[in-house]
Amino acid sequence: MEQKQCSCCKSHQGTSGGYSEVIRSFERKPGNLIPALHAVQAAAGYLSEEAMLEVAEWLNVPVSDVYGTATFYTLFATKPKGKYIVRLCDSPPCHIEGSNTIMAAITEELGIKPGETTEDGNFTFEIVSCLGLCGVAPAIMVNEDVYGNLSPEMIGDIFLKYRKKES
Amino acid sequence: MPFYRAHVLVCNGTPCILKGSRAVQTALVDEIKKKGLENEIKVVETGCLGISEVGPVMVVYPEGITYCGVTVNDVPTIVEEHLLKGRVVERLVYKERTASHVSAAAASRSREQRVVLKNVGSIDPTSIEEYIAVGGYEAMGKALTQMTPLEVIKAVKDSGLRGRGGAAFPTGLKWELTADAPGENKTIVCNADEGEPGNFKDRLILEGDPHSIVEAMIIAGYAIGANKGYVYIRGEYHQSVSHLERAIAVAREMELLGEDILGSRFNFDIEVFKGAGAYICGEETALLESLEGTRGESRMKPPYPPTSGLHGQPTVINNVETLANIPQIIANGAEWFASIGTEKSKGTKIFSPCGDVLYPGVYEVPFGTTMREVIYEMAGGIKSGKDLKAVLIGGPSGICISKEDLDRQFAFEDLPPGAGALIVIDEDKCIVDIMQNCAKFFLHESCGQCVPCREGTKRLYELFTWWQGGAGSPGDLALAQSLGDVMSVSAKCGLGQFAATAFRTSLPLFEEEYRAHVVDRVCPSGVCKMNNGCESEVV
Ligand code: SF4
Ligand code: FES
Repeated sequence: MEQKQCSCCKSHQGTSGGYSEVIRSFERKPGNLIPALHAVQAAAGYLSEEAMLEVAEWLNVPVSDVYGTATFYTLFATKPKGKYIVRLCDSPPCHIEGSNTIMAAITEELGIKPGETTEDGNFTFEIVSCLGLCGVAPAIMVNEDVYGNLSPEMIGDIFLKYRKKES
Repeated sequence: MPFYRAHVLVCNGTPCILKGSRAVQTALVDEIKKKGLENEIKVVETGCLGISEVGPVMVVYPEGITYCGVTVNDVPTIVEEHLLKGRVVERLVYKERTASHVSAAAASRSREQRVVLKNVGSIDPTSIEEYIAVGGYEAMGKALTQMTPLEVIKAVKDSGLRGRGGAAFPTGLKWELTADAPGENKTIVCNADEGEPGNFKDRLILEGDPHSIVEAMIIAGYAIGANKGYVYIRGEYHQSVSHLERAIAVAREMELLGEDILGSRFNFDIEVFKGAGAYICGEETALLESLEGTRGESRMKPPYPPTSGLHGQPTVINNVETLANIPQIIANGAEWFASIGTEKSKGTKIFSPCGDVLYPGVYEVPFGTTMREVIYEMAGGIKSGKDLKAVLIGGPSGICISKEDLDRQFAFEDLPPGAGALIVIDEDKCIVDIMQNCAKFFLHESCGQCVPCREGTKRLYELFTWWQGGAGSPGDLALAQSLGDVMSVSAKCGLGQFAATAFRTSLPLFEEEYRAHVVDRVCPSGVCKMNNGCESEVV
């Protein structure tokens, strides 16, 4: 985090965009850190610096630990992400079944490389480890939706569905 | 409870969902309402029925007619003809011998022995009544009212059950150690952080029979003297989370969880804890760190969790499949369980063949079954009639074997099954490419705490990438081998210790192929680009 701020600083309050209540719904104990981060991310889309400061203060956890934890786990985002997160598995079973070709198809369809977000803010593309969908490899998830037994030709149709929703 | 004259089970296993079973289910519910049959016919969503290659699949009871390949357009016909007029829609009926692949699926089912998966696909996982109707919670009742905690532990010990998550530690002994350890707040944790590539069995149990896990955890809690249980479950397993949370809520309502369960003075409750995407949290001490709210970094062992686990208190951590065996052992007795399997490996094991097999899926077989039976007879053999090259048993952290070993038996005394993943690789694939992909996985998933693993996974990945690009040098094989040896003995936890296992075990099997890459700089299968390291990915 670029900006230095002590955890007792109250100046960040009031800018919270709906997550303060969420944080306050948790019992104030350090063990609630991961559930609280899940909840904040669900409410605000990502874990902003302000949100992490507030979580730290509420749960009585050092800010450095909150940041350390938030950046350790791949499901947590400390920067805003697209509305739809596209997760492509590239672990061995999917790799063997051609996840490379799916990666190329998604890159072409969305015009972004893994790790990037489309300009309209709709899609973020990520390469991840096994999703437990190896029985239908190669597989992707778009938010909570699961797609498997993929071939590159199927990618266009999948995204059409989400594009329609957004237009 | 209203009385229904018919039940329609709609398969909601992942493969069927992919083929559109959700839409079929919605259409079915609508159509039944339209015809005013909603008080006569119940639509039930169920776990994988095991014939997903012909999905979406549904079964109509009491007749037990199975329809396969059902589309939304077929729904009105099924409702009108079968449910209303009682005439079976022949063209959609699943007939075992209509197509070769269907008969293969049927044959494989008949070889299966379902202990853990006995309810998956035959009951509605969201209904506690159905679970109870097939004998659910009886084992819990027996344990709590007729057995002492010591007797429960003894039964589990006598059954010979060993952990199904890969490490194969005797479950009864683990319980005993925890029960005997001093501590006020003992805990039972169900490890549902299934993350090893190639494993997708726990998901099936969690989605298809969540009450079996709730019941098992109550029994375990009673045995070891714990009043609190956690299920640590992958954040990506949305449906598993929701089925389990629902099961827990209903069990609470029916007072099967809570205080003074069945008048036994035993209190117990379960909480679902969602992981946040870290493979390392499948390692038990990293999982505990995560449960305590920190980065999932493995702890120094000993002490082991049975003496010092969650918040320093004695803790049992059991895999989902291990726990799913417990109610059966208590209900049917240790002897019954010990009669399944081999001399030293008791019970059944779930395997999840995937990769280049015809029918990837989840199959439960008794220990002693050979790899050939699982891969060729159950999973249909290698796709497109190709030949088998290698299998990674248990996943990337398991051992690599070639077709020479096909007739070995899965058993702890012969071929240890790991967690049950079988990543099957056909003759067209390149071993270096596979190892590079495995190395990439470990590089990404290493928690970074200790040097042998943090640096070792990176160096291995680099070496394999160079070989793929034709930039290897003659001493590299020995270098990679000694690096792997060092990692296996000096890394702090299992991740680093086993990160090079697949490579180390594949080297003697495919030495020629490795040499071709490293020394001659050619890829015999034509997979690697050999472009002198250009275009290789930078990490
Ligand atoms: S072996 Fe790897 S995962 Fe385990 S503690 Fe060391 S760095 Fe972390
Ligand atoms: S390897 Fe891709 S989902 Fe498991």
